[in-house]
Amino acid sequence: MEVDLSVKSVSKRFKSFVAVDDVSFEVEKGKFFSILGPSGCGKTTLLRMIAGFEEPSKGAIYIRAQNMANISPNRRPVNLIFQHLALFPMMNVADNIGFGLARRNESKTEIRKKVSDILERVNLPGFEAKKIHHLSGGQKQRVAIARSLVLDPTVLLLDEPLGALDLKLREQMKIELKKLQMEVGTTFVYITHDQSEALVMSDHVAVMNEGRFEQIDSPQNLYTKPASPFVARFVGDNNRLPGKIVGCNDGTAELQTASGEKLLIRTDRQLTPGVQAELYIRPESVILEPAQELPELNRLNVLVSSILFDGANTQLLVESPASDDELLISLPQNRQYEHISVKDRIEIGWDARAGNCFPLP
Amino acid sequence: MSTLGKATSKLPLFIFLTPILLWLFLLIVLPHIDLLRMSFRIENDYGDMVWSVSNYLEFFREPIYWLTFTRTALYAIIVTFLTLCISLPVAFYITKVAPPKFRGFLSLLLLMPFWVSELVRIYGWMILLRESGVINHFLVEWGILQQPVEMLYNDVAMTMGLVYTSMLFMVVPLLSVMDSLDDSLIEAAFDLGSNMFTIVWKIIIPHAMPGIASGSIVVFMLSLGNYLTPNLMGGKNALWFTEQIYNQFIASFNWNQGSAFGFLLLVLSSLIIFIGLRLTNQKLSKVVQ
Repeated sequence: MEVDLSVKSVSKRFKSFVAVDDVSFEVEKGKFFSILGPSGCGKTTLLRMIAGFEEPSKGAIYIRAQNMANISPNRRPVNLIFQHLALFPMMNVADNIGFGLARRNESKTEIRKKVSDILERVNLPGFEAKKIHHLSGGQKQRVAIARSLVLDPTVLLLDEPLGALDLKLREQMKIELKKLQMEVGTTFVYITHDQSEALVMSDHVAVMNEGRFEQIDSPQNLYTKPASPFVARFVGDNNRLPGKIVGCNDGTAELQTASGEKLLIRTDRQLTPGVQAELYIRPESVILEPAQELPELNRLNVLVSSILFDGANTQLLVESPASDDELLISLPQNRQYEHISVKDRIEIGWDARAGNCFPLP
Repeated sequence: MSTLGKATSKLPLFIFLTPILLWLFLLIVLPHIDLLRMSFRIENDYGDMVWSVSNYLEFFREPIYWLTFTRTALYAIIVTFLTLCISLPVAFYITKVAPPKFRGFLSLLLLMPFWVSELVRIYGWMILLRESGVINHFLVEWGILQQPVEMLYNDVAMTMGLVYTSMLFMVVPLLSVMDSLDDSLIEAAFDLGSNMFTIVWKIIIPHAMPGIASGSIVVFMLSLGNYLTPNLMGGKNALWFTEQIYNQFIASFNWNQGSAFGFLLLVLSSLIIFIGLRLTNQKLSKVVQ
């Protein structure tokens, strides 16, 4: 498989602050690659280095095996979609989209044809003469994407372009963007702090924290097999149960919480007895009022502190001596658990294979 | 202001507005009406004042008058253009290139010369440029010149003086439009393959157009109506239309002719600004905001 973008041990420091710390990754041709991280983790700096607005302090960036060092942004085969889109308000839609083509000295008829083709592609046919400030948020979004895609870049970089949209539109654009990417087959590098955007659209996701990549994996693996406590916390909701490993043999470990409960863990990870560790359980892995005959189930008695109704995403907040924080449990809306109310004492349980356990350093 | 006026009685508003309205009316509107009346009156052969347009016709009859006017207008346009060419990079540097903590300081540096009066500034230039002045002294001292040359009293010196006196009025509106220019627009243009020239031409200038237009109007009007700088730095050779008006009022004591010239200057300068706005596709109401 052809590699479109290859980043090799790139670091960027601003005076004493290290924004990007020894990051390496490769993106194959035609893939949708996301970099997911909290704000201030260095993801925008990384993207700006790929686009050419910043020079790496160390390391190198290759696009189609060509070193990008000292190549200015206007000569790189990449295009960036800015966070606030940066459409030119003094031009109409056609001039915005044709801007890059005109810089390549393409003929007027050629530009007109390409502009109308790409507008068709992003579902805005006939929008050529519209002014930018007459467009809605979603339309601006599509014009910005069209303006970059029309140049047929090797890699399209997207800097949280959906951030400014309202929730409904964002959900819709997520699907549209993914579809568009599959149609045109351009390599996308997308940065976001919204884990749902990253999980829904991407082929591969890199989770970034404090300038470093914590994990590069498929969205499924990121969710089910997080490589670090940070990934476990950052991607999706998770419940943290701290404790101490008291026994470990043959893929089975036992964690004792501060309050004395012993929890069974089935894991491939080597856990040495005596170390402090954290067990992470997804809210949807928790079984409410489990049947007595189920084997290998960790059980806890908890107190319901509140019910957070949110339709299909309704959750229970429960208190348990096993954790300082309240635990979050998905509450299926199939009427089976309607009898549960605040201040009830209930039993919860989860399978020994459901959690992820990390030894603390 | 209007909501305040609606919410409470309008009386306080009028009380506070009265001095400014009186000032406008008594010192600006009334004298202008009187000047306008005066410009249409001449003394006939019997020594009586009669209505006539011959004061205006005089302007076209004597080539010296309309030639001076054309010259003044042309130089004012040149001054405006030069001021723009200098101010645009200055404003860009202050808002986009200089580190944010120096921005206030740099703007202050621009403002500083305007703490002293125009007269003092012009005399400063004269001390530098005249035959026995500072620059000549050093040029002779270092052997670059054999003997001092007169740098004052020509069109170049006058143009420079006018550019210098009016630069602030161009930079300030440009600073505010440049400030509102989103950096990412420049980066986006760069990312889409433009070079520095197309960024300036396609992004920065169109964005700065309202500021350019309002700055140009102010600089053009100030240059056109300037009396001090052309008189002191341009000397006898650099005729300026305001000097003609001054001569009519003070030297010839022909107030009727002088007021006719004054109104011609007003009408023609308004016309040039109107044409300028039309050519750049700007609206006056937008530009003066």
